Amino acid sequence: MPGKPTVAFYWCASCGGCEESVVDLAEGLLDFVGMVDIRFWPVAMDFKRSDVEAMPEGSLLASLINGAIRTSEQEEMARLLRRKSQLVIAYGACAQLGGIPGLGNQFGHDQILRLAYEDCPSVQNPDKTRPQSHVQDNGRTVTLPHLHQVVRTLAQVVPVDYSLPGCPPTPEMLQQAITRLLSGERPAKGSVLAPDIALCEQCPRKDSKPADLRLEEFKRPHLTRLDPQKCLLAQGLVCMGPATRGGCEAACVRGNMPCSGCFGPTSRVKDQGAKMLSSLCSNIAASTEPDIERTLATIPDPLGTFYRYSLAGSLLRARADRQR
Amino acid sequence: MSAHTQVGAVPAAVGTWEPRIVAFFCNWCTYTAADLAGVSRMKHAPNVRIIRVMCSGRVDPQFVLEAFAKGADGVLIGGCHLGDCHYVEGNYKAIRRVQMLRRILRGMGIQDDRFRLEWISASEGEKVKRVINDMVDKLRALGPLGLPRRFQEWDRELAPLEQAVEAEAKEASAHAG
Repeated sequence: MPGKPTVAFYWCASCGGCEESVVDLAEGLLDFVGMVDIRFWPVAMDFKRSDVEAMPEGSLLASLINGAIRTSEQEEMARLLRRKSQLVIAYGACAQLGGIPGLGNQFGHDQILRLAYEDCPSVQNPDKTRPQSHVQDNGRTVTLPHLHQVVRTLAQVVPVDYSLPGCPPTPEMLQQAITRLLSGERPAKGSVLAPDIALCEQCPRKDSKPADLRLEEFKRPHLTRLDPQKCLLAQGLVCMGPATRGGCEAACVRGNMPCSGCFGPTSRVKDQGAKMLSSLCSNIAASTEPDIERTLATIPDPLGTFYRYSLAGSLLRARADRQR
Repeated sequence: MSAHTQVGAVPAAVGTWEPRIVAFFCNWCTYTAADLAGVSRMKHAPNVRIIRVMCSGRVDPQFVLEAFAKGADGVLIGGCHLGDCHYVEGNYKAIRRVQMLRRILRGMGIQDDRFRLEWISASEGEKVKRVINDMVDKLRALGPLGLPRRFQEWDRELAPLEQAVEAEAKEASAHAG
């Protein structure tokens, strides 16, 4: 019996939100499993790694992998699924761009482990125990995955055919992508399966965006009473709309929050953070060095603002002088 | 180090290393000044690769990051003095971006002396020479940035598994055949 096309879902360094977006298909999930057989989905179904290993090479139509790659185990699973799949899809911002875990590339291993296992106020660890990759136990060697030196996007580890952007992607995008692929359509390799236009183009507040912004200071959303109609940039917020791909239907802006950039850049941009910085800073009103500095100081964490989801996949990738 | 002496990409051992500066000079002032320095037979350090742009405001921060990512030790932007921009306010856009970009570079571990913005008018050939020589001295003191080499070093951790998977795949296809 010629079975349905098969797919796998897997999660790497991620929060689980991407998995949640699959469940958010709601009744659509029934249509989804009507179209494809899910052969591997650790978060929801009981399959083992050995089930994947037993599959013939290239037998899965697609693996949808979410999360960044930061441990040896994640790298191993990404490579295994790559071999078993005709198509590998980077699902969500972390797989596509590095995402929030990619911000860890500002720090060295020791800094990260010391914070997590010693300095964090809720941690009690008087022996300063740290996770080891090898431990002897009754004569057996027990192993755990180790952290890689840097957090990587999926495409920095295995060839990726398509990306579905977003934190997380919308259920509609997943449904559309699978329908397109099942119909035999194959967009150019490397395509991002979302509209290739800036979010501002789709923004319901587009008409209130002035041609000349002349920004005096930047405001933070939790300290500001926001006009629910007016362009957020015009209200002095760092809204990543100009440098971010559309396709989310401006969900955050409709919720009266500025875009934080999770859909990544359009195809014409290599480095989302640099592009946003460029657009935003050239619109500052100040024109002397101290005044410009004063305006810019109202953005306390520029890396975390402009590169919130894209640091690992950016041109510089990670802090150059990090210690291991 | 010999394993890394790849042409054009990776700086060699510090002994033979020469600082490499990518300079974006505006057509109307700094590029003309560099031309003047040449016509006047001024000598400056040869470590600079000049790229002519129409305006310092044309320098996209992505250009700067890409220059570093591809192996530059320093990036220099030269434009008209404030108030003198051929396009009225291009250099104001440049300075606003540069001040924020400097904070980004600092956060990514790239020292302030590696990135410089200078206003050099068409008649200041002497300043071109002074700025380039001074920047070369400062980069020599800092040593190579060598981002391509660092990227290679980070990615060396991917090699063992990549090779193992390839070998396994080969074996699997041999069995299948």
